[in-house]
Amino acid sequence: MHDDKTASPYEPALKHHFDDLGQQHEAAMLGMWLFLGTELLFFGGLFTAYMLYRVWYPETFGAASRTLDITLGAVNTMVLITSSLTMALAVHAAATDERRKLMAFLAATMVLGAVFLGIKGIEYHHKFVEHHIPGFGFQFEGPAPERANLFFSLYFAMTGLHALHMIIGLGIMTVMLIMAWRGRFSARWHTPIEISGLYWHFVDIVWIFLFPLLYLVDRHR
Amino acid sequence: MDTLAFPRTHYLNAEYGLKSWLLTTDHKRIGLLFLGAISLFFILGGIFAGLIRLELLTPPGDLVSDDTYNKLFTMHGIVMVFMFLIPSIPAVMGNFFVPIMIGARDLAFPRLNLLSWYIFMTGGLFTLYAIVTGGVDTGWTFYTPFSTLSSHSNVMTAAIGIFIIGFSSILTGLNFIVTIHTMRAPGMTWFRMPLFLWAMYATSLINVLATPVLAITIFAVALERALHMGIFDPAYGGDPVLFQHLFWFYSHPAVYIMILPAMGVVSEVIAAFSRKSIFGYKFVAFSSLAIAVFGFLVWGHHMFVAGMSVYGAMIFSVLSFLVAVPSAVKVFNWTATLYKGSISYQTPMLYALGFIGLFTIGGLTGLFLASLGVDVHVTDTYFVVAHFHYIMVGGAIMGYLGGLHYWWPKMTGRMYPDMWGRVAAVVTFLGFNLTFFPQFVLGYMGMPRRYHAYPPEFQALNVLSTAGASIMGIGYLIPAIYLLWSLKYGAIAGNNPWGAKGLEWEIPSPPPTFNFDKTPVVTEPAYAYETREK
Repeated sequence: MHDDKTASPYEPALKHHFDDLGQQHEAAMLGMWLFLGTELLFFGGLFTAYMLYRVWYPETFGAASRTLDITLGAVNTMVLITSSLTMALAVHAAATDERRKLMAFLAATMVLGAVFLGIKGIEYHHKFVEHHIPGFGFQFEGPAPERANLFFSLYFAMTGLHALHMIIGLGIMTVMLIMAWRGRFSARWHTPIEISGLYWHFVDIVWIFLFPLLYLVDRHR
Repeated sequence: MDTLAFPRTHYLNAEYGLKSWLLTTDHKRIGLLFLGAISLFFILGGIFAGLIRLELLTPPGDLVSDDTYNKLFTMHGIVMVFMFLIPSIPAVMGNFFVPIMIGARDLAFPRLNLLSWYIFMTGGLFTLYAIVTGGVDTGWTFYTPFSTLSSHSNVMTAAIGIFIIGFSSILTGLNFIVTIHTMRAPGMTWFRMPLFLWAMYATSLINVLATPVLAITIFAVALERALHMGIFDPAYGGDPVLFQHLFWFYSHPAVYIMILPAMGVVSEVIAAFSRKSIFGYKFVAFSSLAIAVFGFLVWGHHMFVAGMSVYGAMIFSVLSFLVAVPSAVKVFNWTATLYKGSISYQTPMLYALGFIGLFTIGGLTGLFLASLGVDVHVTDTYFVVAHFHYIMVGGAIMGYLGGLHYWWPKMTGRMYPDMWGRVAAVVTFLGFNLTFFPQFVLGYMGMPRRYHAYPPEFQALNVLSTAGASIMGIGYLIPAIYLLWSLKYGAIAGNNPWGAKGLEWEIPSPPPTFNFDKTPVVTEPAYAYETREK
């Protein structure tokens, strides 16, 4: 593993097969962007299905959508956007070599992420009480309950997949926090923080699309 | 002349023991891990194919029951497509040669690379489990609502297996793209890259952008079976045709995941064995990207009879015709490369020439299928079966075997007996045509695919096809024997047994663990055969 002879100053973070940290950084960033491209198409399948049925069944989907708790949804959107801010500040703190700030902002991001999941859990609980979970005694007061079933299937698939990404994100942030605590990052090298930030912002942006599509369309009626 | 001594230390003897293989991050060893795995899956898929052809030897369904037959062709398709063809050239030769051909010490993410092998094996084991515990009978396409509502076979396990395998190809593709972007040696500009790398790059783009759609679709099928989500179920207002759209959005580009790498191999081999640079290098390079891009826009041609607006069908038809343009660019440019070349007919070259002929037939019959009127007549007949086997077996597997024979001396340091190699290439070519050409005729006469019994008037052509399949089987068995034999008894290859150009031929065979003692500097374009003075 560690038999590099070409790089002149010893760099503990440099992997053997890269020439320098710049190249290693570029590779990691490009890799993360490509991964996010993959993720985009992964969510894309469900978004396509949702949009199609939303156009086909505007009445039922509108009625089903109005049962979602817009207050909790809006609060959660705020929470998530704020967590993106703290994440961006964490990346900045890493770049300026401020370890305590970095750890504080990472912790803040994690707390906000956990709050988001908590609120989401409350919403899921409401849905459970209202018998709006497909496959678990689903009931819906309306003209076409089976199509409302379709709406809630997609709602749970999309928000569930998003929540899963949040949980993975919290895991990544835990690792980052431990690495930061051990002083692994420097102004010269903090690539893991940067690519974790990219991931976090991506998960955030997915929600930015989920919220209006699931909660807001047809809300005015 | 190179001194033909076996290098004292190389990637194969740098470390010993099972652990040194299972925990390796060396791209070359990971390539061999994939080679071992997919070879086993190829044998398994081949056994299913053999049973299918045996059943079809006689008109009545006498060897296996209709249910068993459904499972046989399903598992043949699943194993061959997802567990052999899609990983084949990228995971074996791409892993081994992408870093070497650009002058790098490894792929950008070596641990991710090992992880993608483990993901592949996990998915493979799931699928194997589905096969062993009763099989799947939906066809490799998993069409809804049969797969979600009616089938009582192991759809769930197989779907999970394919879902998992998808992430293996995503990670491999991601690794290749990043490696090609960031790790090229000094002087290795984009237009000095061997065309194999352009092909790998285009393939990886498809892997990264199309595979996730299959993953989420197959995941939805699993959810639908378990929880009755309704996405593909008309009873809930869902649409089974949506499944077909999402499925083919991946699975049509997947055809290019199989054929583009083979085209890359053929470019290398044609140049090396006609001692000429590839005619119109940039056109061939860009045609790979063009195929990848157009490949995303033609999925609807699988669904002309599934219910689609006339205008939608016309657009998909026109776009499908357009894919023929970059494909034909490649064929013409390979032919022009051969013109006045100093051609030698060694084993890899025979496979490459076979590829050009078979791919041309497969491609042209694809145009028949892209035509709306003809497609209605031959949809779901043996014409379609013959067409895509000409691409996937005649094209992709010929390319795979050509590449394996071209780079085998580099991978193992040993030569195989060229005479036997040529015999196998010719036997495979003849057996292949005998197997699948009659199926064009059968399909045009109206024999539907996926039935275990057929009217007696189709028997003569089916017997020909089964006979061809056994010849093709022998054609695949011969290399298995002499390649294994060569590991111990083959002549020592030396650095460059073919006198070929390219960074991979400038290092010892087998290469040392870190490929290059010092980072090479590239000063000439790929395939600079004409400039070599002797």
